[in-house]
Amino acid sequence: MELLTQPFMQRALIAAMIIGLAAPSLGIYLVQRRLSLIGDGIGHVALTGVGLGLLTGNDPVYTAVIVSALGAVGVELIRERGRTSGDLALAMLFYGGIAGGVLLVGLSDGSGNSSLMKYLFGSPLTTSPEDLAVIGGLGAAVLAVMFFFRPALFALCNDEEYARVSGLPVRTLNILLAVTTAVTVTIAMRTVGLLLVSAMMVVPVAAAQQVTRGFVTTMTLAVVIGVSAAGGGILVSAEANTAPGATTVLLALAVFVATAVFAAARHRLRRAAPQPVASEPPDVVLHG
Amino acid sequence: MSVVEVSHLATGYDGREVLRDVSLSVAAGDVVAILGANGSGKSTLIRTILGLVPARRGEIRLFGTPQQRFRHWDRIGYVPQRLGAGSGVPATVGEVVASGLLARRGVLRFPGRSDKAAVRDALTAVGLLDRIGDPVSTLSGGQQQRTLIARALAGKPGLLVLDEPNAGVDATSQEAFAAALTRFAGDGGTILLVLHELGPLRPLIGRAVVVHDGRIAYEGTPPEPAGHHAEPDHEHLHPHADEVKAGICEWAPTDGTKAY
Repeated sequence: MELLTQPFMQRALIAAMIIGLAAPSLGIYLVQRRLSLIGDGIGHVALTGVGLGLLTGNDPVYTAVIVSALGAVGVELIRERGRTSGDLALAMLFYGGIAGGVLLVGLSDGSGNSSLMKYLFGSPLTTSPEDLAVIGGLGAAVLAVMFFFRPALFALCNDEEYARVSGLPVRTLNILLAVTTAVTVTIAMRTVGLLLVSAMMVVPVAAAQQVTRGFVTTMTLAVVIGVSAAGGGILVSAEANTAPGATTVLLALAVFVATAVFAAARHRLRRAAPQPVASEPPDVVLHG
Repeated sequence: MSVVEVSHLATGYDGREVLRDVSLSVAAGDVVAILGANGSGKSTLIRTILGLVPARRGEIRLFGTPQQRFRHWDRIGYVPQRLGAGSGVPATVGEVVASGLLARRGVLRFPGRSDKAAVRDALTAVGLLDRIGDPVSTLSGGQQQRTLIARALAGKPGLLVLDEPNAGVDATSQEAFAAALTRFAGDGGTILLVLHELGPLRPLIGRAVVVHDGRIAYEGTPPEPAGHHAEPDHEHLHPHADEVKAGICEWAPTDGTKAY
């Protein structure tokens, strides 16, 4: 554990835990809306932004934020117009994103391949103090949006038509959610990589909801699982010399398997136990 | 003042016109049932009134304001046919009902003590207070419907709009609805609801509107159930006379109906 005294290790750990906090608190809305794979798609689009940054000599994080936010808003507008043609349009956007990214990174300089690997699979140990400041700032912004808009986003993702009749600014909220997704994807790409970004949004939520009963408890537990998996992933990968992004995701998946087995066992035990007749609440209670 | 005023409304999906020329006026305190066959456009009518389906022609006014400029959505409580997509993420009954308070509270304010009380009151009104902490997915269909009514009631609206609230719902839940709606109407609330059949809500309905072929075919007192439809234990089974073969009837008497 003397590794923890190393500044690069501390930065990697802090960056990973910020993502462990932000990704599931956003991801829960995507799962609730059955858009679990959208993070993956936005990740593909972000790669074009990375390529653009490397080619023009700008910080790839900034260009990736801008390009993936544009992509996310585009996806949202396509989704809003109707689902049938949306599916194919989304596919085009995603493949265009990854092809464009690979092409632009290749054009940028001689070290194209290693940069590509860094963004596709993550490289938390190279997080610089400036990177950490960007990740911290954007992570705080994501968390603030998730905190202040939680009731509205819950209503939106639970029942979009009802939200509309409630007079909520449905389109604005949808675009807010899309842009927040893009920002989360971009800050997570440094740690887990663009190809595994979506896992940090979805897997902690999937793990938590096996054992929870409500939305707020699911969100809380998902964040705890996300932070633990991200922190644990950095530590384990440093000790075992494995890929940090993959280690993080596999840890989160291990938690999912554990909670799923626990939930199944509990369900079976409850069914086996004799049901007390009085515990069934009456459907209607008549007064007077 | 009319709560809902629809004049010469036409609407549809894609190329198909569902409503051709519909005019309807609902005054404060009215309880109006929209009846009609499946596909007659009765659900489309309320969805257009609420702005979920765009109108092609005609005008809609809500509480005297043209629908496009209407902003007081907290005055309307909407009860959709069933719980939204309801994905894998669990939500408790209390959390779903609390989202009914957003129209009144606005997006950026946090729920306070009065909001919690409003959620409990609304759940008490539909007889589900004991399930407040349970995931909605563990409720029966009828209990989920009552949750949606509680969500609409929580914001203390002046107008309730319900889309087939008793479709596929057990008798006890239908009675619980009827009780909650009767109380709401008794307090001066206005109700506009789409119904497949009147059922236990019959005594509450002041006026029935029958939609047929994109137009209003009948408007007036609710039709009295006739013949065997009027019997209290009538199960609304439709006869399938073509199943009866003369040869069989000679030795196996049947009344010519077959229930599925």
